[in-house]
Amino acid sequence: MTSRKVEFWVGLFIVVGFLAFFTLAFEVANSGSVSSSDTYQLKAKFDNIGGLKVRSPIKVGGVVVGRVSSIDLDKVNYVPVVTLDIYTEYQNIPETSSLSILTAGLLGEQYLGLEPGFVIEGVGYLKDGDFLEDTKSALVLEELIGQFLFSQNDD
Amino acid sequence: MITQIGRTAISQVVTLGRAALMLFGAIFAAPNFAKSIPLVIRQIYVVGVQSLAIIIVSGLFIGMVLALQGYTILIDYGAENSLGPMVALSLLRELGPVVTALLFAGRAGSALTAEIGLMKATEQITSMEMMAVDPLRRIVAPRFWAGFYSMPLLAFMFSAVGIYGGHLVGVEWLGVDEGSFWSVMQANVDLSADIMNGFIKSVVFAIVVTWIAIFRGYDCIPTSEGISKATTQTVVHSSLAVLGLDFLLTVLMFGE
Repeated sequence: MTSRKVEFWVGLFIVVGFLAFFTLAFEVANSGSVSSSDTYQLKAKFDNIGGLKVRSPIKVGGVVVGRVSSIDLDKVNYVPVVTLDIYTEYQNIPETSSLSILTAGLLGEQYLGLEPGFVIEGVGYLKDGDFLEDTKSALVLEELIGQFLFSQNDD
Repeated sequence: MITQIGRTAISQVVTLGRAALMLFGAIFAAPNFAKSIPLVIRQIYVVGVQSLAIIIVSGLFIGMVLALQGYTILIDYGAENSLGPMVALSLLRELGPVVTALLFAGRAGSALTAEIGLMKATEQITSMEMMAVDPLRRIVAPRFWAGFYSMPLLAFMFSAVGIYGGHLVGVEWLGVDEGSFWSVMQANVDLSADIMNGFIKSVVFAIVVTWIAIFRGYDCIPTSEGISKATTQTVVHSSLAVLGLDFLLTVLMFGE
């Protein structure tokens, strides 16, 4: 009887140990989903996504309304296509909204800032799978410095 | 004076030789699986399962403290999104294997030494030899393998629980963004470079700590004073060996 108890605990110990290993391998080292609330998908094309990553947050005025679900390259035009998962509680994003890649702090992670557009007659709302047309690419520091030096030379 | 140094050196080398002979005797003794596997399982229970509580509680608290301390520094640079990789990398590369080895030496190593030492003091080992039972195979080998298998598993649990503790403090309490915490962590943690190197470290520490613990017990002076001295030596020597080897392994793995 005691021997069976020992065997049970040793078996459990080994299983939990391997479970910890696989958690580390798949959750910490590779991709995996953490939170799963209901979302719908929007898409957007950028010229340059900078350091944006899958699962980066999408914010409206600082409030997280969704996450980046995937980043692909358009096979025809060779521009990055970002797929956004927006929480279903934030419906009714106008078609005129604009999306820009921003950086949290000087050294921080990059995130997507969503600027809701105006709603007038004839402007609809974005539905699942729609493309956001108005996008602003990431600021790349080297390009900024290059532009700055170039404008200095003009003077 | 010089004679004294020579005598100490010779006795040290002789001790090392005896320890190596004992280890080789235990590892390469012709195994009898039907008999030895139940013994190993029994020892994994004593050495591994009963160390679970201390490992999990310390892992949780170390992860939480790492997140809290890291946050107060990183927030000054607006880089609190790097909290995830900071917690994960320090646990996987260093604290997981090292702290597990230190706790293991204190929790299980000292117990191994005292147990084997008392067996020797009460002449159980001698009587086994009289009955033609090899004490290396019957007592030393199962304990060695139990430590060898248990400690890497314990180190993985320590790291996993510690990262969860870091998540608790960083995300739930201090309000670091959850997606950034995990996605930046996943972008920075590498399976082979970080997790596997941590695993190699914990295997090396497992061998060293169990070896020292068993040998100190097997080689102790069979009196109550001798056992207490051997137990102290186990904890001191294995802690020093773990910290020294950790530096060496870190230089080799992450040096350049």
